[in-house]
Amino acid sequence: MSLADPIDLPPEEPRWRVFWRRYRRNKAAVLGLVLLGCVVLLAAVAGLYEPVDPLRRAGPPLTWPFQTWDTPLGTDQLGRDILAGILHGARISLLIGVVATVISIAIGVVIGALAGYFGGWVDDVLMRVTEAFQTVPSFVLLLALVAILGSSIENIVLAIGIVSWTAPARLSRAEFMSLRRREFVEAVRNLGVGHTAIIFREILPNALPPIVIYASVIMALAILLESALAFLGLGDPNYASWGNMIGQGRAVLRTAWFVSAIPGFAIVLTVLSFSLLGEGLNEVLNPRQKKT
Amino acid sequence: MAYLIYALRRALQAVPVILMIMVGAFLLLKLAPGDTVDALVGDMGGADAQFIARLRAEYGLDQPVWVQLWRYLAKMAQFDFGWSYVYEQPVATVLLDRLGTTLMLMCASLFFAFTIGILLGAIAARRAYSATDNVISTLGLIFYATPSFFLSLMMIVIFSVKLGWLPVGGIRTIAAFHTGWDHVLDVARHLVMPTAALSLIYLAFYLRLMRASVLEVAELDYVRTARAKGAGETRLMVHHIMRNALLPVVTLLGLQFSTLLGGSVVVETIFSLPGLGQLAYQSVIQRDMNTLMGIIFLSSVVVIVVNFLTDLLYARLDSRIELA
Amino acid sequence: MSEAPILEIEDLRVALPEGSDRPLALDGLSLTVNRGEILCLVGESGSGKSLAAGAVMRLLPEPSVRMTDGRIRLEGQDLATLSEREIRQLRGNRMAMIFQEPMTALNPQKTVGWQIDEVLRLHTSLGRKARAARTLEMLEQVHIPDPRSAMNAYPHQVSGGQRQRVMIAMALAMDPRLIIADEPTTALDVTTQLQILRLIRELQESHGSGVLFITHDFGVVAEIADRVAVLRRGELVEQGTADEILNRPQHPYTRALIAAVPDLTPPAPRSFDGAPTVLKAEGMRKTFRARGGIFGGRRKAVVAVDQVSFDLRRGETLGIVGESGSGKTTVARCITRLLDADGGRVTLDGRDILSASGGDLRAMRADIQMVFQDPMASLNPRKRVVDLIAQGPIVHGTPPRAAREQARELLRLVELSPAAADRYPHEFSGGQRQRIGIARALALEPKVIVADEPVSALDVSVQAQVLRLLADLRKRLELSLLFVTHDLRVAAQLCDRVAVMEKGRVVETGVTAELFANPQHAYTRKLLASVPGRDWTPPQIREDAA
Repeated sequence: MSLADPIDLPPEEPRWRVFWRRYRRNKAAVLGLVLLGCVVLLAAVAGLYEPVDPLRRAGPPLTWPFQTWDTPLGTDQLGRDILAGILHGARISLLIGVVATVISIAIGVVIGALAGYFGGWVDDVLMRVTEAFQTVPSFVLLLALVAILGSSIENIVLAIGIVSWTAPARLSRAEFMSLRRREFVEAVRNLGVGHTAIIFREILPNALPPIVIYASVIMALAILLESALAFLGLGDPNYASWGNMIGQGRAVLRTAWFVSAIPGFAIVLTVLSFSLLGEGLNEVLNPRQKKT
Repeated sequence: MAYLIYALRRALQAVPVILMIMVGAFLLLKLAPGDTVDALVGDMGGADAQFIARLRAEYGLDQPVWVQLWRYLAKMAQFDFGWSYVYEQPVATVLLDRLGTTLMLMCASLFFAFTIGILLGAIAARRAYSATDNVISTLGLIFYATPSFFLSLMMIVIFSVKLGWLPVGGIRTIAAFHTGWDHVLDVARHLVMPTAALSLIYLAFYLRLMRASVLEVAELDYVRTARAKGAGETRLMVHHIMRNALLPVVTLLGLQFSTLLGGSVVVETIFSLPGLGQLAYQSVIQRDMNTLMGIIFLSSVVVIVVNFLTDLLYARLDSRIELA
Repeated sequence: MSEAPILEIEDLRVALPEGSDRPLALDGLSLTVNRGEILCLVGESGSGKSLAAGAVMRLLPEPSVRMTDGRIRLEGQDLATLSEREIRQLRGNRMAMIFQEPMTALNPQKTVGWQIDEVLRLHTSLGRKARAARTLEMLEQVHIPDPRSAMNAYPHQVSGGQRQRVMIAMALAMDPRLIIADEPTTALDVTTQLQILRLIRELQESHGSGVLFITHDFGVVAEIADRVAVLRRGELVEQGTADEILNRPQHPYTRALIAAVPDLTPPAPRSFDGAPTVLKAEGMRKTFRARGGIFGGRRKAVVAVDQVSFDLRRGETLGIVGESGSGKTTVARCITRLLDADGGRVTLDGRDILSASGGDLRAMRADIQMVFQDPMASLNPRKRVVDLIAQGPIVHGTPPRAAREQARELLRLVELSPAAADRYPHEFSGGQRQRIGIARALALEPKVIVADEPVSALDVSVQAQVLRLLADLRKRLELSLLFVTHDLRVAAQLCDRVAVMEKGRVVETGVTAELFANPQHAYTRKLLASVPGRDWTPPQIREDAA
């Protein structure tokens, strides 16, 4: 037996290159990335575009899109510029999506990790709690939380995080349950490594891929939840939100449907971009030989 | 008999969950600004401090928190959710009034989403990576990304405003006083758009799940065994793949039900259907916390019942589950 | 017509998808299976032997893997020219297949009877009663106890061996001309394996079918083959009668493979007189309790380890052998404290392991290390090799820099290049990974190494190398080895003494050479009598003879 020489081993490829090569395989995922790039761009130019305040009157009410350069996408019944609303709404949607997802994943991973790793009564108790949260219809709970906490943007983000941690908790529990019985975890226990290090340094990095993939789903859901709240008029009144624009447009639906339709399409495309991103991540993190 | 014991055990498992939800509802009520007496006093247009203190004592609000909790739980267990100061009725009465409409909407949406979803999912999986699959999967992605309220509005624009085919809202045509089949048909016409709006996102969800599940099961060893026996594609699908692929989808049927109920808030509000969802929205607007907690509790019970039923269905579908 | 061989494969080529390790899975494979003959197709993992079966049945995972060239004839009929519908009528009818994994090869949602019945429904016009009678007859033929109730049982309700019998009943239901058996006994215990091999032989003789038997195990070949074909990386290197190949192999590859098969006759025992006892177990017990109460289901408690005692001296290797479910792995895990035993005493150099806790336990872990079965699963895929090996010493207080330095040295000790240190586990082959696992265990300079089936996931040639490495290391480092295995051939070559376990108890312990030559307990005798190819002694092949 000769020594395994590094020459025998293929040269190491930079990780990001491997990721990109796999991601590229899925055309839809690339489209998702482009869409997401557009949304980020919208959010970025929101500050540059005039009028800066999307909540202020910018022109005659109910101007149809493509009529004048002042308000390219038209105005609503209060004369507010729809394009400005879209740009500023992108900021809110992305903000809500990212922060609420971080909160929900953080809660979910901790609870799921403890339940899955320790099992036994810890698992029993935590899973009953999870079940209770899952049983209460999340949107109704969200309404109750917002009604009690008040509808500032911070509270909305927090409430969305609180109502959406159960799925990542179940997911990480399943991952931890299967990984903790894997031999490499036992091998490390056998070396004398403590529980905390095993959970965070050994298991978590291996449990992360499906959780990251799922994060894109939660981001999409968070955006949908916020827009539904705003649609019902329960969002933060100090910020432009796509959901709120659609809700306002409902009053003039019969005559000026574009007031609702434009922000509606913005939501669809944003959520779609996250879904597609999730598929791409799946391709990267769960590579499986695909039949062509 | 074994089935009965299994059912009983599953029912027992729900007890701690219900308890936790009741405690949660109590905590939320305590967190909410103002209590029953504030609401009562507000309703009466103000009262002096002594009277308020007496009312507090009468409602037990001067007692330690755990005594209040215990009383609250005892009342909840008897389906006594307190008094609604908005509707001037016991909350339970208000809720029961609305439950039927919501259940009807739920059943219709779930049935529609589930059957069409698994059907399309199975078709897409059997023709994986073909044009048919691409069309179905793309539609699925778009449905999945469309918020129900947006979909509702666009359907109203098209089917009610432009085409005039379907009613904009309500559960029945007011002042038409239909009876018999006319009444059923009338209600059905009113439910078409809400059902579609509510179910499309779940349809997409089941579609994607079923597609993935069928693709996975089709790769399993026993499907290869069946192929080696000489079974054709249809036979493989019907006898070997479908039932096994359905299992993970059925598991999620119960879990999804609670989000579906949540979705009814928006849809019922838009189509002014007198159901629990619309009531939940109005309770928030009017700060009727007793009613809101009642809705949370009642809908949780409904979810638990549905979960229980799907568990039984699952046990029937999966012969590996030992019922003892 | 009847003179034509049952199966003729001519110049078969099967292409792999782009990006595979080689373009062709099978390159110019030609072989024939005659009436009433068992042809063993032997090869290591990746040799393409299972794809040959897939090509014959036309069950290749097309289009990524597909037949590009060659001819396959079943009793003179060219299969390539048949339509999908025609080939379907042949499958399960004139040619049938038995798969490796009896656990997953049966549909979990259908009864055993239904699944056999399906074959008859597909290929005959028999009525329901006639089919039921035939199903029952088949179950009787494969010697299933109580065939009537077996018909109504679901697969999960019968044992692995019985399931494989069901698979065979299913394959034979139509009395096929050709039976393809793809590693049909690999997932089974030795005693069950022997029964299944005998059953295949018996039924093949009574039905007069031809059998293409795919295996990696030369013991099984010696047990069942009439003729043998040896496959290496898609190419046929040698074929001939069983006697020719097993006892007088010509091709260097075949010779190397056969040389790697451990001999069942143990070498002369080494002496350990005066060596101190390092590890001592007394009356160890472990019961897996039923969990649940009112919220869980009922489950029976299982006594996995029952009053197990043994001792291990310095430099000695004690084998713990037994079939699956005998409790041998539980013993290994209790000793390393991966599981908590219920009772008994285990001492390491006089210190009690089982009752140690906290800092004591941590310190003790350094003295007793473990090598695991699955070299892929036992290494964290997200860590570099050097960190995997250095992790133990670092946890136990060695400065990281020194620990990494030492890790590179250890790589050399297990015959890996130090340059491997900065790579990730997935870049290595199975045997190389197992070396990394051994290096990790050695890093803490333990007194005892517990090895749980360390070579059973490896190909026979790699297995021989790892075994040689272990033997070499234990001599150089005076290691005491607790070696858990199901493979009596491996135990014969590596272990100084063996303890035979059955249903949680040690039924017999003794010096390997004596115990193998003169087994006392009935179960030991049964185990030894079940080793496939026990009457065949691999020929001593001198490397220079080629």
